[in-house]
Amino acid sequence: LLSQQLRLNERDLHDTTVTDGSSFNASMQTSPASMINQYKFEEDAEDTKDIFVTVDNPESHVTAIETYITYRVVTKTTRSEFDSSEFEVRRRYQDFLWLKGRLEEAHPTLIVHPLPEKFVVKGMVERFNEDFIETRRRALHRFLNKIAEHPIFSSSEDFKIFLTAASGELTSYKKQGPGFLSRMGETVKAVAAAVRGVRNRPQEFTEMQEYVEAFSQKISSLDKVTQRIVREQKEYLEELKECGPTYALWSQSEEELAEPLKDVAGCVDRCCKETEEQVKNLNDNLIPVLHEYALCTETLKAVLRRRDNIQADFEAKTEALATKKADRDTMRDDLDKAEDRLEWANNALKSDWTRWQKDMRTDLRSAFVDTAERNVNYYEKCLAVWESFLHSQRTDAEGNGNVDFS
Amino acid sequence: MVEKGTSLLKMMEISVAEAEKRTGKNAVNMQETYTVYLIETRPVDAASEGTNPVPDSLWRRYSEFELLRNYLLVTYPFSVVPPLPEKRAEFVWHKLSADNMDPDFVERRRVGLENFLLRVASHPDLSSDKIFYSFLTEENGWKETVFETGFQAKADSRLKALNATFRVKNPDKRFAEMKHYGDELQSVISQLLRVRARAADRLYGVYKVHGNYGRVFSEWSAIEKEMGDGLQSAGHHMDAYAASVDDILEEEEHYADQLKEYLFYADALRAVCRKHELTQYELEMAAQDLTSKKQQREELATGTIRTFSLKGMTSKLFGQETPEQREAKLKMLETQIEEGEELVKERNAECEEFVKSAWVDIERFKEQKDHDLREALISYAIMQISMCKKGIQVWNNAKECFSKM
Repeated sequence: LLSQQLRLNERDLHDTTVTDGSSFNASMQTSPASMINQYKFEEDAEDTKDIFVTVDNPESHVTAIETYITYRVVTKTTRSEFDSSEFEVRRRYQDFLWLKGRLEEAHPTLIVHPLPEKFVVKGMVERFNEDFIETRRRALHRFLNKIAEHPIFSSSEDFKIFLTAASGELTSYKKQGPGFLSRMGETVKAVAAAVRGVRNRPQEFTEMQEYVEAFSQKISSLDKVTQRIVREQKEYLEELKECGPTYALWSQSEEELAEPLKDVAGCVDRCCKETEEQVKNLNDNLIPVLHEYALCTETLKAVLRRRDNIQADFEAKTEALATKKADRDTMRDDLDKAEDRLEWANNALKSDWTRWQKDMRTDLRSAFVDTAERNVNYYEKCLAVWESFLHSQRTDAEGNGNVDFS
Repeated sequence: MVEKGTSLLKMMEISVAEAEKRTGKNAVNMQETYTVYLIETRPVDAASEGTNPVPDSLWRRYSEFELLRNYLLVTYPFSVVPPLPEKRAEFVWHKLSADNMDPDFVERRRVGLENFLLRVASHPDLSSDKIFYSFLTEENGWKETVFETGFQAKADSRLKALNATFRVKNPDKRFAEMKHYGDELQSVISQLLRVRARAADRLYGVYKVHGNYGRVFSEWSAIEKEMGDGLQSAGHHMDAYAASVDDILEEEEHYADQLKEYLFYADALRAVCRKHELTQYELEMAAQDLTSKKQQREELATGTIRTFSLKGMTSKLFGQETPEQREAKLKMLETQIEEGEELVKERNAECEEFVKSAWVDIERFKEQKDHDLREALISYAIMQISMCKKGIQVWNNAKECFSKM
């Protein structure tokens, strides 16, 4: 309920009309200032998680104009604002893009988790390639779960519609919303503000910007390093794949040595399989997470920019009031609204920033722990392979009594 | 690697202890740099008596080892003569130097030369050779002594050997099979060494790139508050992981050297088989010659010409010869036949003797090879195990650090 009130207030500040049809008491407006104090984020979302979303089952659709993929989105929830406890819809990438856009528009200084990119040109991946679709599906799943876990976003009406509306309903809902002209107006304001630039940015936001800059470099480096490891592993695998067969070939010329040579060939082949598995793990687990956080930094930069614009707008209006003589009342009104907007934006960002940092820490920590664990696993499996070879040689030797293992 | 308790090794300890660079003038009076190796010998009972006398020692360069080996090859053609370590570095992966002067190469060569001497010293036939003994004990004048044996003259020309290979009719089946085995062994070990070198190159790359994690984690930790410590220490482990590959690959190089020894042994094995073909061919030639001479005698005696001979043709064309001429010819043929029979007997004995001795050594070699290569495979497995254990340790440590992020 609190979050609904907050959302309403924000919409007011944006001068847009709200047509979401949900019923609540419009007279429950209190001053923004007091609301900001109540702007708390639930710390233990895990315990009170009441909505579960999954993305699966990609299907290809062919029409006269185009071919595209849809994904099944299943929602299970106990929330009262949902008409039912289970929903199943099909959504395409465009729909996810739309949702992201709506959330960013409604909350310019909150941090929306990134979507997987439209197209991977560098890897020359075909849009309908199985691996690409699977990677995208997982990223879309993570995206929706991040939204569902976010204290503000998860109560978004757009999010609800996304999860529950039938395809036709969604299409018509998309067509509503703030008119083109008013959105144009916002864009013009934003551009104007950007050109003006902000004068007195608070220190903490400058620090944030510096951090984002540095973090962006580091995460991008990690992404590149990991990709390089994958490349080198693949090339190593190519060579290793020839070792086993060579030992096997040799065993064909030998008598006494045939058995141990065949065994070694088998060991090398098994290690090849494990190496292949390890490469797949890196690709499927670590790289997507690093990649997502690299995309996050773009989001963070955009959020900081938008906050700056809001401040610039306020500063401009302050200046205007000081210099202009006419329309002072309307201008003072505008200025108050701008000031509220700024205070709102700053607090929203500060809180969401803390949440994002916590999330980032958790996600990256578990991704690296997971990678380390898989590497341990890989070496343990290879170790077992070679130890069983040694064991078989020992039992042979003890039978023949001619090899010294000291 | 070699068994103690046969021939020379019973009496003396042999080692190639050191290597040193020298400069000097070569045969065409130009400055050259070369490496010499210190051969140390000590009587076996010296250590057990409690005294520890300074070993006898002398310096030899690689070319002298080559000379010794060539002498042994000619003098003991029925022996599978142990090979020398490679003359030039082959099957290298990029980090390894192909330079003969590289200290790692010199060190590996030192080990290989010692191994060569130990193998010769434990060989039932070769270890008692006087030239080998003086190689180990007499620094000066050894070269002259070797040349004085005149072994170079006894060497079979390559052409002669090649000719025999193509023309021999009845080589011992076992030797033919052995030669074929030698071919296969050489081919498959070459392939294995090539593949292994390429794989080593790639593995090096994988490990070293992890060093970049170390660098980035360290930089990243500088901008984080709570994550800093975990990242920093994880970074150290990534550096350790990257560094560990150097030792791993150095150990693998020993394994490659063991394979290389048998790659070159394959050549020695084939040399023995080729020698057999030569002795067999020479026997066949002598026998064939004898048969032809006997045929000529028969024709001369009975007056029928079945075998072609120039004399026969000319006499047909220019008229028969006189009875006196025929008598003379017959007498000559008789002598030749007698000599021919002696030669065949000799060659036959040579051939039999060769087959007997060579096969004994080939059987000895087979056993040695099976034993050594099995040990090599086992040591390879042990290396892999050690590599895996290191990997487990590093990543467990890293995991702990990451969980503190």
